[in-house]
Amino acid sequence: MQSTATPVLHAAPRADAEPTRKVAIICSKGTLDMAYPGLILGNAARMSGIDVMMFFTFWGLEIIQKKRAAALRVPTVGNPSMHIPTMLGGLPGMEAMATKMMARGMKKLDIPDVPEMLQILADAGAKLYACGMAMDMFKLTKDDLVPQIEGVLTAIDFFDKAEGAQIIFI
Amino acid sequence: MVSEAVATPMPTRDVDGFLCDSAQWTPALAEALAREVGMTLTPEHWQVLTFCREDFARQGVSPGVRRVAQLSGIDMKALYRLFPKGPGKLAAKLAGIPKPKSCL
Repeated sequence: MQSTATPVLHAAPRADAEPTRKVAIICSKGTLDMAYPGLILGNAARMSGIDVMMFFTFWGLEIIQKKRAAALRVPTVGNPSMHIPTMLGGLPGMEAMATKMMARGMKKLDIPDVPEMLQILADAGAKLYACGMAMDMFKLTKDDLVPQIEGVLTAIDFFDKAEGAQIIFI
Repeated sequence: MVSEAVATPMPTRDVDGFLCDSAQWTPALAEALAREVGMTLTPEHWQVLTFCREDFARQGVSPGVRRVAQLSGIDMKALYRLFPKGPGKLAAKLAGIPKPKSCL
């Protein structure tokens, strides 16, 4: 088995002839803390050579609206993970403050903001789609969305495109 | 870039195919690893691999794709064109450095 021309392989790597893996990530929430998991998972999948499609529906449309993408917020009410009493979380300015603190923390760690994450995903070849029905509900048109969005799909289109993919719902 | 005539034993690799010791990497090895995944390395690939190795030597950790795109002179789109099977893992693997820990 030894070749004199090329390095000899000891550990057999995983078969590269395997079909490409596919994931479909459904983003249904529009808060900052629920936007990042989908965006980061999508990017990590592309980094690993996995095909990625992302479907933004309902509140998830907040993530891909030109006006909103850079201004997502961290919820302080009804969010036990904030570890502050719900009544305090409802005070004016609390949400803005929590959002500012989180944004600052992320900047320190050099985590890209949401618009940059969307650009990274598009450059990485992830396919980004908006849900047509949710768009109608919120009276949005494609012009309201960031340019990285490839198209507007119905749920049926989504399942056609997601055939064979592992589906992640967020 | 390769001296085909020299026989090099393949150093030990982990279960994902990454070299266990990055010091055992050679350019010939990168070419061999690339062939394993059906790739032929171009000067652009080498620009990425050289950056990855230098950055790993400086920082002690493998760079993530975003860092490579920002600093290597090869942008994000080009990285995915050069390494269609995933620049995150593949560039590090061919450069003989550990699997990147960064998700970006």
